[in-house]
Amino acid sequence: MALKGNLRDFNTTQLLNLIHLARKTGTLTVESRNGTARLCFKDGKLIFAALDRQDGRLVDVLIRAGKLQPEQLKGFDLTRLQDDKVLGLKLIEAGYVTQQDILNSLRAQMLDVVYRLFSWNEGVFRFEPDLQVLQNRIPVPMDLENIIMEGARRLREVERLKEELPDLDIPVRLTSRPEAIRKVQLSAEEWRVISQVNGRNTIEQIMRRLNMDEIQIRRIIYGLLQAGLIELGAPPPATPPPGVPARGPGSGVSRSVVEKLINYFRRL
Amino acid sequence: MQAVKIVVTGPFASGKTQFIRTISEIEVVSTERRITTAAERAVKDQTTVAMDFGRITIDKDLVLYLFGTPGQRRFDFMWEILAEGMLGFIVMVDSTRPETFREARNILDTFRRYAQTPFVVAANKQDLEDAWDPEDLRIALRLDGRVKVLPCVATRRDSVKTVVLELLYSILEELSASRR
Repeated sequence: MALKGNLRDFNTTQLLNLIHLARKTGTLTVESRNGTARLCFKDGKLIFAALDRQDGRLVDVLIRAGKLQPEQLKGFDLTRLQDDKVLGLKLIEAGYVTQQDILNSLRAQMLDVVYRLFSWNEGVFRFEPDLQVLQNRIPVPMDLENIIMEGARRLREVERLKEELPDLDIPVRLTSRPEAIRKVQLSAEEWRVISQVNGRNTIEQIMRRLNMDEIQIRRIIYGLLQAGLIELGAPPPATPPPGVPARGPGSGVSRSVVEKLINYFRRL
Repeated sequence: MQAVKIVVTGPFASGKTQFIRTISEIEVVSTERRITTAAERAVKDQTTVAMDFGRITIDKDLVLYLFGTPGQRRFDFMWEILAEGMLGFIVMVDSTRPETFREARNILDTFRRYAQTPFVVAANKQDLEDAWDPEDLRIALRLDGRVKVLPCVATRRDSVKTVVLELLYSILEELSASRR
């Protein structure tokens, strides 16, 4: 099934949230005037990311990270050493880098690509369930929750926040799927908000209790929502005018009427 | 003769009129007008400005009315009127147009404020190549696992029937729960 769209309508934070919660495996490609980003995921974890013509090759990543000097590569036939795992092993054996250098450099490169992607307001994206891009590269699994939280913290467009959370008079509750949460790192402000989430308090009530402004509370709630830590509850019903009874489920319709409808549609 | 109603709502061009047309026993009473803005005309020629109206006679004592709401915000004064006394509602979403998902979520919240009645989400146009999976749509619309997000092709009678049946099951469940 296709997963296509434009970042204008469904931004990077929301995309990562979807991939994280649906535990997706595949490659996300985003094309925009800023360039082309390719990100690979396995079971909802980021495992690889590359931008534009940089194909995420290990030598390029290590040189950019300052862990390897180009002259150290003179003894290696890079046209034959296409597989980064083999090359990485040879570099470790030669004593040029450690395994930790490789992992840290790859992680930093992935984060750099994702954080750049957060600043893209437009771009056509598509998600395909294959990992072809990953051929000959080293996958490094990274949990998405903290990346998503960071993305929400970086969201500066107030209008966008208002579009995503137009109504503050909605209660928030803790997630119904806590199994999806792993090692989330929250700021003190985010913890203060979480401590007020109980399924009854509305976003507005939390904002007032914690003396926050609208932008602050919108950004934090948006981040917690996208990271899958909290969920929005049902909006409170509009208050009926005095003397008018609140409209409840079914508006007084009996069970037998609904059963009659069900029988009709079953036979249809 | 008792009359009950179900409301079909959702963003502009999500397939509400077609949904009702597919299952109604009468020619749908539609209040469509030619679209005047260029952006909307790029999606379709005509749109519903007040409501669509379909009818299904269940038996000599019971009739079900299906009301379709106008999709554009500028006609939202009609929504509350149409929501009055409904059994439940169906939120139609065009699964191929992520640019409408945020609006679908806002419409859903608005209707939940009008009445605490059961609802289902119909992930329409599932026969098209670019359709998002209903479970992806659930996450995009921030719906929890209890909300039914159903695959739908509004031109197919069987598909429409399944969506209506699932809503009726939810209504029955709600009635049973409110008795306990």
